[in-house]
Amino acid sequence: MYPPRFNYESPKSLAEAISLLTAGGGEAKVLAGGQSLVPMLKLRFASPEMLVDINNIPGLNYVRRDADGSIHIGALCRHEDLEKSEVIAEHQPTIAAAAPLVADPIVRTRGTFVGSVCHADPQGDWSATMIALDGHIVAQGPNGKRNIPARDFVTGPFQNALAFDEIAIEAVIPAPKGDVHGGYLKLERRVGDFATAAVAVALETSGGKVIRAGIALTGVGGRTINANVAADSLVGSALTIESITRAGELAAAAAEPRSDHRGSASYKRHIVSTFLTRILNNISESTVKAA
Amino acid sequence: MSSLYEEISAPPAAGVPVRRVTLNVNGQDRTVDVEPRLLLAHLLRQGLKLTGTHTGCDTSNCGACTVLFDGRPIKSCTMFAVQADGHEVQTVEGLATQSSLHPLQEGFKEEHGLQCGFCTPGMMMAAKALLESNPNPTEDEIRWAISGNLCRCTGYQNIVKAILWAAEKMRGSSN
Repeated sequence: MYPPRFNYESPKSLAEAISLLTAGGGEAKVLAGGQSLVPMLKLRFASPEMLVDINNIPGLNYVRRDADGSIHIGALCRHEDLEKSEVIAEHQPTIAAAAPLVADPIVRTRGTFVGSVCHADPQGDWSATMIALDGHIVAQGPNGKRNIPARDFVTGPFQNALAFDEIAIEAVIPAPKGDVHGGYLKLERRVGDFATAAVAVALETSGGKVIRAGIALTGVGGRTINANVAADSLVGSALTIESITRAGELAAAAAEPRSDHRGSASYKRHIVSTFLTRILNNISESTVKAA
Repeated sequence: MSSLYEEISAPPAAGVPVRRVTLNVNGQDRTVDVEPRLLLAHLLRQGLKLTGTHTGCDTSNCGACTVLFDGRPIKSCTMFAVQADGHEVQTVEGLATQSSLHPLQEGFKEEHGLQCGFCTPGMMMAAKALLESNPNPTEDEIRWAISGNLCRCTGYQNIVKAILWAAEKMRGSSN
């Protein structure tokens, strides 16, 4: 399979890349890891006139934790970089749990975190983690930078809030105000398949009580679902069997699954509540042990 | 130098420049003219006649086209040849020397790690990347590392044994 023809540019700076996008007038597309874009080009689901390859722009391949505790993931940070990152392993359990579950090990060496969020696949893993963590995307365009909250970033299936002349240069996970807990569980028929259903959880606790909660669902709707009602139900008290069960029910109610070859809608709802209660039980047990 | 845009049916459209790129393949610098949409797998197979790299699914599922790109395993059907400009690519042809097989090739022979052989080059390149970062992998780690490479013959059992065999031999020779 050959992709349609396109012009190829490999700028050496962000400014150059942005001016290429501006000149492209909406017909140019950014190429980062390419693990979603290249197959889409080959299947002719996309036919941009120009690809702006950002792989040769220095300074975009990083994951770092700032002094305030916020975590910053550059546009060229590959999935595997996160899987192997000590910063992530030590400080960010939601990302750490999801990293080994993205696609397959070979795709993970090339695909990027930020690119995956931009791709806005309803079955993509990273959008769910970003929404659960209340992160934001830093977009840079001709008029400078702006922050776009993850919950507003995905506007529909394969659609994001970037303007045609903007590049998502960084994903930011804000500094936590309490102790950080989290998890990510995904059901897939085999490695590399799209998620049948997946659940991302990010909690902060203080003095045994939940002070912030984020829950997002993958693969059970036309876009990543922000299960904020379920998350809000946990805030203000300690995790108990009752509160965990209640959150599981609320998350299952927030899901909008369709029956397909991966399972029936009711099965997927069941997976959502099972995964959420499993993650919350693990967190509850680990916080009890730590206390 | 070989021109590769003629591999695609029509000459490049007006305004689509053919790119001259230089990449290092198995230790040798190769300079080629490519149209930007040419995939790395097709450059290797059709342009450089290195047909050991296989194209199976063409949709980045099967891993038959796995090569090492600057030492990291990638699916060469999911990267453009122009992107390899200035980079190092290792293919299965780079494993053996004139006089001896690579321990992975020996392992696949000794442990019967293949039947039809279609997935084998990709399996070996994925395994090579694993053994370079982890010389003493467990069976579980091997299964995890090749989980992006599909085999429809073996049930994976003998592939895992072959990689364990190679790992042991490579540890032995480095002592």
